[in-house]
Amino acid sequence: MRINRLKFRADIISFNIIGYILLILFSIVCILPFWMIIVGAFTSDQYITAHGYPLWPVEFSTSSFEYILNDASAILRSYGVTIFVTVVGTFFGVLINAMAAYVLQRKDFKYRNFFSFYFFFTTLFSGGLVPWYILCAKYLNFKDNIHALILPGLVSVWNMLIIKGYLGSIPDAVTESAYIDGAGDFRIFLQIILPLSKPVIATISLFTALNYWNDWYNSMLFIQNEKLFMLQFYLYKLIGSAQGLKIAADKAGIVVENPPIQSTKMAMTIIVIGPIIFLYPFVQKYFVKGITIGAVKG
Amino acid sequence: MASFIKELKRKKVLFLMLLPAFIYILIFAYIPMAGSILAFKDFRYNLGIFKSPWVWFKNFRFFFISGDALHVTMNTFMYNLVFIVVNNFLEITFAIILSEITGRYFKKITQSTMFLPYFISWVIAGVIVYNFFNYEFGAFNGIMKSLGLPPVDVYNNANWWRVLLVFFSAWKNVGYGTIIYLSAVMGIDHEMFNAAEIDGANLYQRIRHIILPSLVPTMVLLFLLAVSNIFRGDFGLFYQLVGTNPLVYDATDIIDTYVFRSLMTSSDIGMAAAAGFYQSVMCFVTIIIVNRIVKKIQPDYALF
Repeated sequence: MRINRLKFRADIISFNIIGYILLILFSIVCILPFWMIIVGAFTSDQYITAHGYPLWPVEFSTSSFEYILNDASAILRSYGVTIFVTVVGTFFGVLINAMAAYVLQRKDFKYRNFFSFYFFFTTLFSGGLVPWYILCAKYLNFKDNIHALILPGLVSVWNMLIIKGYLGSIPDAVTESAYIDGAGDFRIFLQIILPLSKPVIATISLFTALNYWNDWYNSMLFIQNEKLFMLQFYLYKLIGSAQGLKIAADKAGIVVENPPIQSTKMAMTIIVIGPIIFLYPFVQKYFVKGITIGAVKG
Repeated sequence: MASFIKELKRKKVLFLMLLPAFIYILIFAYIPMAGSILAFKDFRYNLGIFKSPWVWFKNFRFFFISGDALHVTMNTFMYNLVFIVVNNFLEITFAIILSEITGRYFKKITQSTMFLPYFISWVIAGVIVYNFFNYEFGAFNGIMKSLGLPPVDVYNNANWWRVLLVFFSAWKNVGYGTIIYLSAVMGIDHEMFNAAEIDGANLYQRIRHIILPSLVPTMVLLFLLAVSNIFRGDFGLFYQLVGTNPLVYDATDIIDTYVFRSLMTSSDIGMAAAAGFYQSVMCFVTIIIVNRIVKKIQPDYALF
């Protein structure tokens, strides 16, 4: 028995050593880029131009943030657009998905198989980018319109199926007894089913909101008007052009000699990911829960 | 039909609740599906989809004869295959490590750290690549310079991209997949562990004979989902990291970037539509075949 226990300890110790090393290495890989962005934002542009982005803080400088704050109106507007799109899109998207999911799992709904297939089939086959783009751009007036940023992510069949799977675990008796009490279908959904499915609604809302917040694709396809740029697209434009910053500053009537272009790119990145990093510790566990719910459903 | 109308009257509210999603999918999924006929037409913007003249297979002929079709298909397929293998390997490894090592807080912190890149958009990932590998200002060439080595032009080097794309796919997605596998490991009946311990199995034997076999259903499901999308590339990864750089198309052009570029830059919308239609058909055929094979081997694992 003693020898046995010793053997157990050897394997546990070696496993822990390997495990700790691998996890630490991968965690560093995951976190290092964020560290480099922060360091880059607070380094003087002269240093970056001469030596490249540093790994470690050198020649501390806040000129990048000062430069951005010279004229923050464009960023603030971009924040406004992004928040509006995220809030409106998430609210209506989750509502529409949840309503459909509820109807599809009602066992007394005669055509639920037909409609389930109607939705599910679109995950198997799609018309592809080109017809969709032409439909949106030519016929639905998406060009430079705020609904071009909201509509494309509104309904997700996968989310609908995940909600449906969760609602299936609520006993039918709940709906039936409310029915007997004289409640209508919509009231049952709103006042009984939704509160009972809070976990899945919360996680689907968070995933939907994250998708909207991180979206740049729809801006790239449909938006040319700078006033409607979402944050990610604004950043994308900024990184892509060496001169972009200068032009923005000139437009505002501010002449800056040698603007700190390289450090400003990193400072803008911080401004764009800031809210996500800030909220991450609070919402992370809901995402984990959501992934588990989705995975169990399969 | 009569029974449908009867049901419609009886369950008015339910139908109304379904209506927004129904109309949405009709407009944004089924109408574009019908619009696939564009692939067989010479699209003129002023004439619209339905009035543009038919050219039948001319668009496809261009796409295939130019050699682009084979090239972008192979790239899409190979990258996705490597992503599936590498990412799943790492996810399973980390899930097992996280479930078996000691140290509650260490686990929590590393898991949170690994999951963080999932929350970041591909635009930010593009900034990260810029920060590291920009020819003039990147940290990588900064280090090379300080070591007295010549700088490397990573952005224009196809071989670098083959590695970097795999790396960043893992960087962004492994945290997510690890959580799925970890929840599967947590679901294993602990009686089995106790029994194995009594039989004198060590930790490695436990992993080999209990944990890994229990993960097979999850592996198969994730594999199925991934394989059914093997001809659909991750547009954000390729577009935001590489951008449009003709010098490295050989290594980095996938169907999605090809379609996007043809749609946006050239006037040949017909060929873009043909390439997109080809992709949709390939995906559809793949998922049907894969699902049928799985159904034959193990019906429980089938997607539908």
